[in-house]
Amino acid sequence: MTTVTDAVTEAPATTVPEPVRRRSPYPYWFILPGGVIFTVFFLVPSVMAFWFSLTRWTLFDQEFIGLDNYVQFFREPALASGLWHTLIYAVVTSGLKVVLGMALAVLLTGPILGRGFMRSVAFFPVLVSTIGVGLTFQILMHPTRGVINQALDLAGITGPAWLADPDWALLSVAFVDVWQGVGLALVIYMAGILSIPGEYFEAATMDGAGAWHRFRNITLPLARPATVSVILLSLIGGLRKFDLIWAMTKGGPGFTSDVMASVIYKQYQAGFYGLSTAGNVVLFLLVILIALPLFWFFNRKEDA
Amino acid sequence: MRTRPNYPLSGLTIVVFGVVFLVPFAFILLTAGKTAPESALLDFSWPTRWAFAENFQAVVEARDYLLIIAFINSTILTVASVSVVVVLAAMAGFVLQRRRTRLTKAVNLVILSGLVLPPAVVPTIWVLQRLGLFKTMPGLILVEIAYAMAFCVLLFQAFIAGIPKELDEAATIDGAGPLSLFFRVVLPLLRPIIVTVVVVQTVFIWNDFTSPLYFLPGDENATVQLTLFNFQGQYTNSYNLLFMDILLVTVPPLIMFMIFQRQIVSGMVAGSVKG
Repeated sequence: MTTVTDAVTEAPATTVPEPVRRRSPYPYWFILPGGVIFTVFFLVPSVMAFWFSLTRWTLFDQEFIGLDNYVQFFREPALASGLWHTLIYAVVTSGLKVVLGMALAVLLTGPILGRGFMRSVAFFPVLVSTIGVGLTFQILMHPTRGVINQALDLAGITGPAWLADPDWALLSVAFVDVWQGVGLALVIYMAGILSIPGEYFEAATMDGAGAWHRFRNITLPLARPATVSVILLSLIGGLRKFDLIWAMTKGGPGFTSDVMASVIYKQYQAGFYGLSTAGNVVLFLLVILIALPLFWFFNRKEDA
Repeated sequence: MRTRPNYPLSGLTIVVFGVVFLVPFAFILLTAGKTAPESALLDFSWPTRWAFAENFQAVVEARDYLLIIAFINSTILTVASVSVVVVLAAMAGFVLQRRRTRLTKAVNLVILSGLVLPPAVVPTIWVLQRLGLFKTMPGLILVEIAYAMAFCVLLFQAFIAGIPKELDEAATIDGAGPLSLFFRVVLPLLRPIIVTVVVVQTVFIWNDFTSPLYFLPGDENATVQLTLFNFQGQYTNSYNLLFMDILLVTVPPLIMFMIFQRQIVSGMVAGSVKG
């Protein structure tokens, strides 16, 4: 175990030129214990995934089959649709978290009472077990007897069948994700907005700017770092979401709410380890393809 | 902060926030106190007869006290992973922040990948199997440490950047070696961020469902999240027991939140802005 990882973590150390060879008070070996665990249990599996995805694999022996797993993955609609659902899920959840988080933060940083209470109330679901949240909303979203549709009935609206409706299942889970996660977006935005100097707003008000102009020209541009964080955080989180979807629908009805992470688990359960790992690599590449350009884009703008 | 509070708007906002965010929790509490037939109605109502104590007893005793075992397992998992990751991440973060070389820059890039990339689950099982750690608690603890490492190292680096380097130099001149410099001079100064990291990671790992599902299957090792998930299949019509279970699993994060709200919020904001 240690031989493999020592080589990985220490190899670069010897190639770094050190002009003055005196003992630093910051020895590199401080990084080693954490680095070894991180390497063995995160990096090694990640790199090995690329090889295993090219094999028919039973954990004990493997047979190289080229790109067959990927071909099968994209040919089978039940699997390939997971890719599409993952994208929809990530975009819907992060879009709603940005819009709602920003709106609620503007509201709570305004002239309002009970700010601290509302912030706590909205943030608490972030800390609650996702499985618990999923199971609770599964009941609240019951098509006929659920509290949500009962309340909508009182208002004269016939609610959809939520999780039981193939057209609504994925969106329903996404809404619950937003309910659980919007508190984090809210506190990030509140921190961002409260760090904007109050004089800016006062000066703008003096010059006759209305609420909308103050928001559009001061809050929105100056809270940009907060927006970047919320988008990146919720996109990355949304792309790899598993627990909430698994607790609420298990990918159903049919495959209509199957995402990459649930496809990976299902293939693993069925014993198709190579196929499951191919799904993992696809998810991997998807996250990189989406996150990396965003990272670069936002960082470059911040440096400028 | 500015002018007079807007009373009508405040009232409206408080009501809307209350309905949206508190009704689900009230529902959990009420349903956990109902009798089985009444809970099956799934409605939001006051129980006609409170069966809170009976439900509590039934959930705890279910399947040979599985819930107790699960609480013990989850506690072991959380305490062990958090205490190890805090020390190791603080050490690594210290050196990575103080030493700006090509190596540490490369390491930081790798750490960023740990924050972004989804873990490769089945190959991780393969690694665990090769090491004889699959389906064992130590194996799961090591995996949790690995997954938490990136986030914690970044938080520590950001905090250590605010500690003046002159302090290290003074200690070094006074004859402190790297170990005593770190453990006796720097570590005590990290108290605020250590509290944040411990609290945030405790909640994360306590709530983790996916890792135990893959790496520690089987009833004798069940964690609270797995037990909760399996509960729904076994007690299809005892919603009162299901919600009692949800309630019990929710209590530890609630206690953490009430004590450490400030640290949790600041830690999550700092972590997200950094990442």
